[in-house]
Amino acid sequence: MGDLLSISSNLLYAAFVMYLIATFFFGGTIRDKKKGRSRVAGNIGIIITIIGFLSQVGYFFTRWGASGHAPVSNLFEYTTFFGMMLVFAFIILYFIYRLDLLGLFALPIAVLLIAFASMFPTELSPLVPSLQSHWLYIHVTTASLGQGILSVSFVAGLIFLIRQIDQSKSSKHTSWLEFVLYVLVATVSFIILSSTFSALNYEATFQATVNGQDTEITYELPAIVGPYEGELVSENAMSPWFYAPEWMHGQNAAMKLNTFLWSLFGGLILYGLLRLILRKRIAASIQPLLKRVNPELVDEVAYRSVAIGFPVFTLGALIFAMIWAQQAWDRFWGWDPKEVWALITFFFYAAYLHLRLSRGWQGTKSAWLAVGGFGIIMFNLIVVNLVISGLHSYA
Amino acid sequence: MNEIKCECGHINPEGTVLCQSCGKPVEGNQHIDGNDEQQLLNMRYDGTARRSQTYNRTVVDKIWNFFSSVKVGVWLIVITVIASGIGTIFPQEMYIPSTVDPATHYRDQFGILGQIYYQLGFHNLYSSWWYMILIAMIGISIVIASIDRFFPLYKVLKKQKPKRHEAFMKKQRVFGTTESSEVDITRFKQNLKNQRFKIFEQDGHILAEKNRFARWGPYVNHIGLIVFLIGALLRFVPAFYIDEFVWVREGETAVVSGTDGQYYIENKDFILETYDENDERFKEAIQKQGGPIPKNFQTDAVIYKRVGEPIPGAEPELEKVKEDSAKMNQPIKFGQFALYQASYQLNEFKEMTFKIHDKDNEDTNYGEFTVDLTDPETEYELDNGYRVEVENYFPEYELNDGEPTSVSKFPKNPAFVFSLYPPGDAQPETSFLGIGANIDASGDNQYKLGLVSFDVRDVTGLTVKKDYTLPIIALGGAIFMIGVIQGMYWNHRRIWLQPKSNGVWIAGHTNKNWFALRREIGKSIEGTHIEEPVDQHEMKS
Repeated sequence: MGDLLSISSNLLYAAFVMYLIATFFFGGTIRDKKKGRSRVAGNIGIIITIIGFLSQVGYFFTRWGASGHAPVSNLFEYTTFFGMMLVFAFIILYFIYRLDLLGLFALPIAVLLIAFASMFPTELSPLVPSLQSHWLYIHVTTASLGQGILSVSFVAGLIFLIRQIDQSKSSKHTSWLEFVLYVLVATVSFIILSSTFSALNYEATFQATVNGQDTEITYELPAIVGPYEGELVSENAMSPWFYAPEWMHGQNAAMKLNTFLWSLFGGLILYGLLRLILRKRIAASIQPLLKRVNPELVDEVAYRSVAIGFPVFTLGALIFAMIWAQQAWDRFWGWDPKEVWALITFFFYAAYLHLRLSRGWQGTKSAWLAVGGFGIIMFNLIVVNLVISGLHSYA
Repeated sequence: MNEIKCECGHINPEGTVLCQSCGKPVEGNQHIDGNDEQQLLNMRYDGTARRSQTYNRTVVDKIWNFFSSVKVGVWLIVITVIASGIGTIFPQEMYIPSTVDPATHYRDQFGILGQIYYQLGFHNLYSSWWYMILIAMIGISIVIASIDRFFPLYKVLKKQKPKRHEAFMKKQRVFGTTESSEVDITRFKQNLKNQRFKIFEQDGHILAEKNRFARWGPYVNHIGLIVFLIGALLRFVPAFYIDEFVWVREGETAVVSGTDGQYYIENKDFILETYDENDERFKEAIQKQGGPIPKNFQTDAVIYKRVGEPIPGAEPELEKVKEDSAKMNQPIKFGQFALYQASYQLNEFKEMTFKIHDKDNEDTNYGEFTVDLTDPETEYELDNGYRVEVENYFPEYELNDGEPTSVSKFPKNPAFVFSLYPPGDAQPETSFLGIGANIDASGDNQYKLGLVSFDVRDVTGLTVKKDYTLPIIALGGAIFMIGVIQGMYWNHRRIWLQPKSNGVWIAGHTNKNWFALRREIGKSIEGTHIEEPVDQHEMKS
């Protein structure tokens, strides 16, 4: 069993590296185009992407073999799978439109997702009774595939916005675009910080009272914010700058806030450094590289991925979810936060389609909506799991 | 009705923007679809007359126009989305413990924001009247907007002729002219056929069309949504929907609530399994969890049906229907009912046996008695003349402001106040007995009651469901999926070809994916000497 598990993690690692390498080849297509219509870099890029994808499929099934159930049952497994579905969706749309630049942006997002996933507990966990159903595989994989395809529209929307927004003057558009890029940078900083401190085996343990019980809370990052009325017991650990207010009394609420603050600050520093080096907005620095992209084509890719992803998402995240909920919890719908946010995602993309089809929202407006849609998907993945608790909080 | 006669001879209804037959723009009506301000024609509904765009006089018109507007529909969605999001900030009332008072729970748990949340009624947001109204308005909007568009669109696509007006051709987004005497029309038609276009001809004018059915996708999926909503609405009708709960102790038989005493369930055994802590695979996760992780909840049960009419006071005559196990994800089904494993109570006390002994000597024994905790007697006569009266019984004992009370009627933490009458006329001795408590009320009792043994058993909690709305809801979901796939995975495409004295004009239209349309046009003009048309649309931003 242990062997299968280590094969599995190696395959995931291989996929991760492949995606990174493929990103560079897709990056190379920017120069390629200038020389002529050579497709070499793009072709190599997509081949490496596919090899990486197959390697990740290998990870998926070997892990399945090791645990006896499909690895989609905790935050690490789900987010990794989501990254894999994003790559799969990218491959599909690549073969429809042959847009190399899509890879340059989609693969880093997938890499970010997988790296982000690895920050959460990766050990195999058993399935509680409500999850022991074939619908676990059917519902979760379809929903995730839908989200993956919808995320491609975010990728295309982002390319569109960087390509099209007027960077000669500061505007709401440029600020929001920088904000989106800042969030991506903050995610990178979260990954760097978490892996650095975990490599150093940093721990800061607090003694605090949670729901009337004395508990030990262990931070893996230095504490900026300590738990409410907590007392630092570890030696050689930084004492917190301040303590969480009383109402943040969940077991790990203060610790999560701490991690969040670290990511924000880390993101600010990283972003600030980038700005210092580039001496202009990040989007403004990327913009010249995208000059050769046809904005109409990118716009259509964004729309097409919503058109393809919306039915898949509805089927997986709502219909299959309802069938399963009916079996497991005797009601097909229970207004659990995760369900509500799936419904919100559905409504949001329904609004996107209506605005586009009937009110002619194309180009920039449509691209912003695609970015917002991805925001909702990530909210449902991260915030609903970690902050709003409910039946689906398996993390 | 002011009908509009086009120069091609076709008679169009009032409000028409583009002639149904030849597509000629109708003078004076171009503002309706905004064509007067655009280079290109708005082809969204082929310029057909829609009720919402034609009449706006009476109240009915105004209501109709309000609900048929996509703008209004999207606003309704946006408001619903925001409201739904608010409902997830704090848990809904159904997810807070049922033993607490919501009025104080929200304040205690979430502070002032929690209290505001509660007072605004957001703790029951999804069943609030205004949320229901929002959903109902979306439903009405779906119906009206669909009727407003479907019928005109259906008619115009049915009535369209291959022969188009020049103005129509020129103002299509994809348009091109070819001046050449060598245009190979036969090859063009063959190319189109190879791409599964249907060809219609009229005096040398060609209309190639495919996937018209994709245009009906939105209307099909809207029907699905309406069916779904009707199904959801029917749950408020009691005949369609029963949602009850039944607790059954091991070894007991209980009537299944919600079945009018028709069905009974016997709980043979309740099983709770947990994962093995030494399991190689899950060791780490179980350690992290800090406690056992459940693997299975299961009730082995027998379902009985009552035979004949119920007679008050008489034991019902039961007939076995089936023996089955209810697990998570595997309900027991019988008749129209389903029983779902929903809850359990481990080790509920069944009976307790006490003995009477001297206060100072536990080895003495003046007699024993056994109390059935679900049905205790008021007094117990012992063989040797001792008598014990049950003064008070607290099935789930808790000390509340110094007063002993019972939180529930379930014997989870039983406690008693006993009065012991020794033989003869001696004064009774009162004592309080609970788990881990044995209090002498007066302090000078001679005897003492002691717990000798007890029996426990598990209780299972099952939800009882009867739901006739499920097939309707499933049908709605299925129709929705068909419609949405029909509309999203196929694209309606049309290509027009118009013969000119020297050459041809070509124009194309699709409801989406213009790149793909241009690719198809590119393929269909291969080897025909027709020049590639251009995309006249300019992306502004």
